[in-house]
Amino acid sequence: MLDVEQLLERMTEDLRELTRARGLEVFHPVGIRTGGVWIARELRRRLGIEAECGELDIAFYRDDFSRIGLHPRVRPSWLPFETEGFHLLLVDDVIMSGRTIRAAMNELFDYGRPESITLATLIDLGRRELPIQPDVTGSRLELESGQRVKLQGPEPLELAIEEVSHG
Amino acid sequence: MTWRIDHIFPVEGGKVPQEPTSVLVDDGVISAIGGSAEGAEADQVTDGQQQWLMPGLIDLNCHLREPGPDRKGSIATETLAAARGGVTRVCTVPDTSPVNDSGAVTHLIQDLARRNGRVRVHPVGAMTRGLAGEHLSDMASLAGAGCVAMGNAGYATQNARVMRRCMAYARTFDLKLFIQPENPALAADGCAHDGVMAARLGLPGIPEVAETTAVNELLMLGAETEVRLHLGPLSCARSLDLVRAARESGQAVTCEVGITHLVATEGSIDGYEGIFHCRPPLRTEVDRQALLEGVESGVIDAIVSQHRPTDRAAKQAPFADTEPGLSTVESLLSLGLRLVSEGALSRERLLAALTSGPARILDQAPPSLEAGSPADFFLLTPGQSWNVEPESLLSSGAHAPTLGAELPGVVTLTALGGRVVYQA
Amino acid sequence: MGESNASLQLTPDGNLRHFLSIDGLDRAMLTRILDTADSFIEVGERSIKKVPLLRGRTVVNLFFEPSTRTRSTFELAAKRLSADVLNLDIGTSATSKGETLSDTLLNLRAMASDMFVIRHAQSGAPHFIARSVTPDVAIINAGDGRHAHPTQAMLDMLTIRQHKQTFAGLRVAIVGDIQHSRVARSQIRALNTLGVDEVRLVAPYTLLPNRPEVLGARVFSRMEDGLKGVDVVIMLRLQRERMEGALLPSESEFYRMYGLTEEKLRHAAPDALVMHPGPINRGVEIESSVADGPQSVILGQVTNGIAIRMAVMSMAMSGQLGDRQSEQGEGVQAS
Repeated sequence: MLDVEQLLERMTEDLRELTRARGLEVFHPVGIRTGGVWIARELRRRLGIEAECGELDIAFYRDDFSRIGLHPRVRPSWLPFETEGFHLLLVDDVIMSGRTIRAAMNELFDYGRPESITLATLIDLGRRELPIQPDVTGSRLELESGQRVKLQGPEPLELAIEEVSHG
Repeated sequence: MTWRIDHIFPVEGGKVPQEPTSVLVDDGVISAIGGSAEGAEADQVTDGQQQWLMPGLIDLNCHLREPGPDRKGSIATETLAAARGGVTRVCTVPDTSPVNDSGAVTHLIQDLARRNGRVRVHPVGAMTRGLAGEHLSDMASLAGAGCVAMGNAGYATQNARVMRRCMAYARTFDLKLFIQPENPALAADGCAHDGVMAARLGLPGIPEVAETTAVNELLMLGAETEVRLHLGPLSCARSLDLVRAARESGQAVTCEVGITHLVATEGSIDGYEGIFHCRPPLRTEVDRQALLEGVESGVIDAIVSQHRPTDRAAKQAPFADTEPGLSTVESLLSLGLRLVSEGALSRERLLAALTSGPARILDQAPPSLEAGSPADFFLLTPGQSWNVEPESLLSSGAHAPTLGAELPGVVTLTALGGRVVYQA
Repeated sequence: MGESNASLQLTPDGNLRHFLSIDGLDRAMLTRILDTADSFIEVGERSIKKVPLLRGRTVVNLFFEPSTRTRSTFELAAKRLSADVLNLDIGTSATSKGETLSDTLLNLRAMASDMFVIRHAQSGAPHFIARSVTPDVAIINAGDGRHAHPTQAMLDMLTIRQHKQTFAGLRVAIVGDIQHSRVARSQIRALNTLGVDEVRLVAPYTLLPNRPEVLGARVFSRMEDGLKGVDVVIMLRLQRERMEGALLPSESEFYRMYGLTEEKLRHAAPDALVMHPGPINRGVEIESSVADGPQSVILGQVTNGIAIRMAVMSMAMSGQLGDRQSEQGEGVQAS
């Protein structure tokens, strides 16, 4: 099984590399609830970022509202900083279709116009439906059909592969 | 022309005989019943198939909706519905359009009834002109044209003085007054019993006192003018107390209750069920029990259908905007029989309140199966039940109080003067 | 009561389909509405106060009774959800031409709208519409007759929760014209469902329903008794026409007996909240110094009003869509 600690180390290294290459001074981390927030907090600590970690609830921005409706437990998004003119580090636990990231970026733009957005994900499952790629990822993973990966946490952070039951 | 029906149980006064027998009809009149009818010569013979043979019922309060807007009902449709309910005499409420406040309208109703009617139609004349509660109608002429009583059809008079004069004038000609008591100022814009449901649903209420103060006033005026007074439909327990006390003091007063008020309460309007929009409004379970007890004890002389069919559109609106009234003449007897089977009412009192009680109020001979009586009767399969559905009702109004319910007692044949007017 | 309202307002799996009255909704549902509204308050604080939830949906504001204020908040809420909004002030014009409510609604159906927000002078009009005319359109009650004004009541609940955190243990007094108030009926129900300790009604008997106790509240005739120790005072708006129907003698006597003055407010708990749906009749229901005082939340309710309406609209639309889906037999799978 994948070791989250190892993946986080790799992501931290890659992010350091990336900031150096691009000449960025500081990131403002934003996690997508709930797994993305856990990962964002870890990366913030490891990268020694001072800014607090923002939290996004993308329920109001999903493109599948007409299919599955409003998520029953929506919580307010919380951004402790301005987005206008900032370099944001958008973090999620898993990327697959890319639709969640699309929704999150739409939401971020409703707060203002960020200078840049860098995307980091712990796991990349491939199978993209939109032209969105993470700048940094812990690991790529191929799932069998009928399987899904789930991040459990926040303490300890563990990845589990589950069989999805089809009803 | 003679007609014999075999294998029937004649049911009068609530008792069912042990053995089946026969009835013989000759020229529209029952000529023999029981042993003397069995095996008698007849032009036509019907197998009664062990059903009950019962004398036709009387309904003192029935809206036939003619003359009036076509879509609400007609004498043809509503008297057929009555025949299906075992009812062979109906009193029509004068709030037709035009109002039955002249001999011409009375004659029109009678002509239509002769041509299209299935049962005997007895018009009630309007007590005031146009039912406006202001000027006396030509009561004596209306009676001369055939009106069996004068009524207010639920419309109040402008004030007590007009009512007192209606009573005094009616008394001059010994006319009976059919009055539905309601104090208009207290009922105001109400549309439901001013109780639990009205409070919750936010509907303007009609308080109990809108009826009781009116009953009280009518009894006082009636006692003074010595008019023959018939009150109803009554809806609450306290009204009965007042009528009972007046009777005990010797006043000539009778009263009626609508079948819907015996089977339903204010709870029925939950969810804004416009079907149960009634006037007087459906009240509490305590009131319902008192009304049942009133029928049982005889304070209430008659159970009426208060049949008031209406088109679908009139019930398709927010509650207060719906038209009050239900289609009930078809289910009148079955609903009564269900009350009997529930133990809420004795069969004897139910049938009295549908036959001899109303006949006495009309000064008519009670419906009877005795030899010499008109052959107004019906056959009933007591053990069978029927489903009340909008499509299965013969009335133009599909708003019965028990839509979807299964009711006991199926009328299979109704005869009027020996002629079959309804057959299932 | 509760049961028939529940079956009409909820989808088979317990989601909101219509929002007609507080009756029939349980504490979990009311709490969900408040929580969702909290999230929308946050949206209102962003530079772009709009989310794409109802993009491509059409909301029709159907007002049979004029009310600029309520209509504006519904309109703003719908627009912040990215819906297309159509305002129809029907008034009495259509019905006076002999067009029935059913006819009006049939005509509107041709517009293929997804939601009706309804204000009507008759109690039960939104129920009637939800039940018989438009099975595939979500209905939101924006006030019907004397019956209910559930979004107004929920915004008041949101305000109370913001100030008092929890409903448990609260004593709430509602003062004024209970009998003619759809807001009061909805508030009483919501407060009881959310589990307050006690709801009190303070009013003369002419402004109370015949059986006030069935609403789930204790009745007080005197302000001094009714306000004793309460945590929240809700003042209702008094309509001028009440003086004409022999319900009240005069505004001045009403103010003397039931107007909220600083002196009367002293009977309530020291940190009691004073609420009023507005617009205020100063000197009739409430003293100016109380209305403008530190305990008053009369003006802070607009934000909550929009958030509650956004919450209810998005939840009802979501339930309605989910329901359409399940009727078509397509499985709904959460991702």
